[in-house]
Amino acid sequence: MTDRTSFDAEQTDVSDPGGPVSVPYKGPGPNFTTQLLRIGVSVAVPLIAFGILYWAGTVVLDENANRVLVVFVALIIGVFGVFALFYAMDWVTNRMPERYAHYVRPFVFVGPALVLLGVFLLYPAVVTFRLSLQDANGEGFVGIDNYIEIFTDSGTLEALRNSVLWVIVVPALAVSIGLAFAVLSDKLGSKGEAISKSFIFMPMAISFVGASIVWRFIYNFRPEGFGDQIGLLNGIWAGLGNAPVAWLLQEPWNNFYLMVILVWLQVGFAMVILSAGIKSVPDDVLEAARIDGANEFQVFWQVIIPMIAPTLVVVLTTIVITVWKVFDIVFVMTSGEFGTSVVAERMVTEFFTFGNEGRGAALAVFLLIAIIPLMVLNVRRFREQEAQR
Amino acid sequence: MTTTADQTATAATRYVPEEPGFWSRLAYRWPVKLVILAIVIIWVIPTVGVLISSFRPQDAVNSTGWWTVFANLGSNEWTFSNYTDVLSSEGFGNAFLNSLSVTIPATVIPITIAAFAAYGFAWMEFPGRQWLFVLVVALLVIPIQMSLIPLLRLYTTIDLNGTFPALWLAHTGFGLPLAVYLLRNYIGSLPSSMMESASIDGATHFETFTRLVVPLSVPVLASFAIFQFLWVWNDLLVALVFLGGEADVRVVTLALNNLNGSRGEAWHLLTAGAFITMALPLAVFLSLQRYFVRGLTAGSVKG
Repeated sequence: MTDRTSFDAEQTDVSDPGGPVSVPYKGPGPNFTTQLLRIGVSVAVPLIAFGILYWAGTVVLDENANRVLVVFVALIIGVFGVFALFYAMDWVTNRMPERYAHYVRPFVFVGPALVLLGVFLLYPAVVTFRLSLQDANGEGFVGIDNYIEIFTDSGTLEALRNSVLWVIVVPALAVSIGLAFAVLSDKLGSKGEAISKSFIFMPMAISFVGASIVWRFIYNFRPEGFGDQIGLLNGIWAGLGNAPVAWLLQEPWNNFYLMVILVWLQVGFAMVILSAGIKSVPDDVLEAARIDGANEFQVFWQVIIPMIAPTLVVVLTTIVITVWKVFDIVFVMTSGEFGTSVVAERMVTEFFTFGNEGRGAALAVFLLIAIIPLMVLNVRRFREQEAQR
Repeated sequence: MTTTADQTATAATRYVPEEPGFWSRLAYRWPVKLVILAIVIIWVIPTVGVLISSFRPQDAVNSTGWWTVFANLGSNEWTFSNYTDVLSSEGFGNAFLNSLSVTIPATVIPITIAAFAAYGFAWMEFPGRQWLFVLVVALLVIPIQMSLIPLLRLYTTIDLNGTFPALWLAHTGFGLPLAVYLLRNYIGSLPSSMMESASIDGATHFETFTRLVVPLSVPVLASFAIFQFLWVWNDLLVALVFLGGEADVRVVTLALNNLNGSRGEAWHLLTAGAFITMALPLAVFLSLQRYFVRGLTAGSVKG
């Protein structure tokens, strides 16, 4: 167990990987009616749930509804409504003849999830892919023109260039700082370690929008002669005797000032996972290295780093995925102007601001392709870990 | 740093685990403590600046930097009026309740559906069990951006845009792959002897699930709940696309974004608004840190 990308802490060490409970059933096999019933129960929960949600959300809770009532109804539906539907479906299934019920029952459990995944992820992905091969209005077929445009249009090229920069700089910085902090805090007492770590981790609770406002305040700029600087960075900069700088307008450096925000948010994540990895390096290995005359520097580079390498890879890929999809920070800070647009933000701009469905869809497909190999790597690592347990 | 490395090198050559002499310990500990303190201060300062500014009167915020309050601690004026202004006239009070209305169902619904599915995948027999589960895992790679345009069209045809159910359903769909995957791994690792004895005692699958599996899965359910709660609460993109910024439905992230767009230099309001947006996630973080860490680390791959 090298890291904690899973909920493994609570788990007992069970060698049995799990499998279906074999229910002795020797009745007739499934027939056409069985298939219909399977589809029926799968669709029923989402459909009825949708009906109730629609009714609750649009009829009962219209614009003039009392807000506290809204929260209350939402709570009731969320907590009890869906569960009650599953209960009802199970009740119905139990009333069927066993020759159907036996085959239908599993779909009471997995059916609703499969239907929702189909409607909200699979179907849209197919449509988006099709749209990426069509023109701006989502009508005529244009082949790979949208993809060619992505790699030739100056606006999208800028977004691509910036995204690549983000993908290199942010994970590198976040992992370096996170690793350094994990190693150093490991040498404090346990209390000091816990407290200092929570300070670093805290930004992870903050939304990207909130973080952006926090940092816009840091980067705030007032031209000389328009009063004191109220942004911390210009406060320091001007205090040192320099003229104040409009940080967010300094191309291309403003990209790096935006990246700082994501680094600030992600270091905590890197630190927590790497710290767990470092702690899982056995003490006797470290002792053996020290007795053999290795100094702390050598212990770190030649013992700890190789041993936590798989964890490092997971942290890096995870942050790279986050970075590819970053939207909020750029959207809030600069709206992608002043040479700061990135792919995920540009996708929204193309679609909603420029009304170019084809190009927006093509950018979404580009994101998908950029993310697939990383996600495959992560899931594979996760499965290996599960297998080791 | 080189001196530190040298010092520790000498300490290490005569390695004594229990007592590394007083001087070497001092030389070793202090630089470490200072570096950590420096990083912590850098990490906390941005938030502290916002917090302090949100309690300063408008004139003060606009005329002097927030750090000047430390220079004249006695003579500062403090006020709550930024918060009352933001909560009432800027609509953050409503937005806070809207965020709750969006977030609670969008957390509980996917967990309920995913827990049933996870049990089905782990402990029930049906054709295609394996490849359907592989399909669910494969859907992890699909970024939300892939779903935005078609779902917006779908919602437009059934007139669902700008309503809470639109967001409940969207977040449910987006959260499901990870939830099913993680819960399946956990529920699948429960001992099969337990399931068998439940079945021998005549418990149906539904009873086994509700009376045995759910109580045993509370830690993993709590971790995922916290992750999903924070994810939905902090989300801007999905809310922006499907809910829109109209005053009666907008959530806190949208309210903050709108305030940023319309009154970008009203720092007394922006700082208070930012803090209202952060308050609940930070409270969750401080009170449920253990679950929070596990939930976030497990959920960080979410699309």
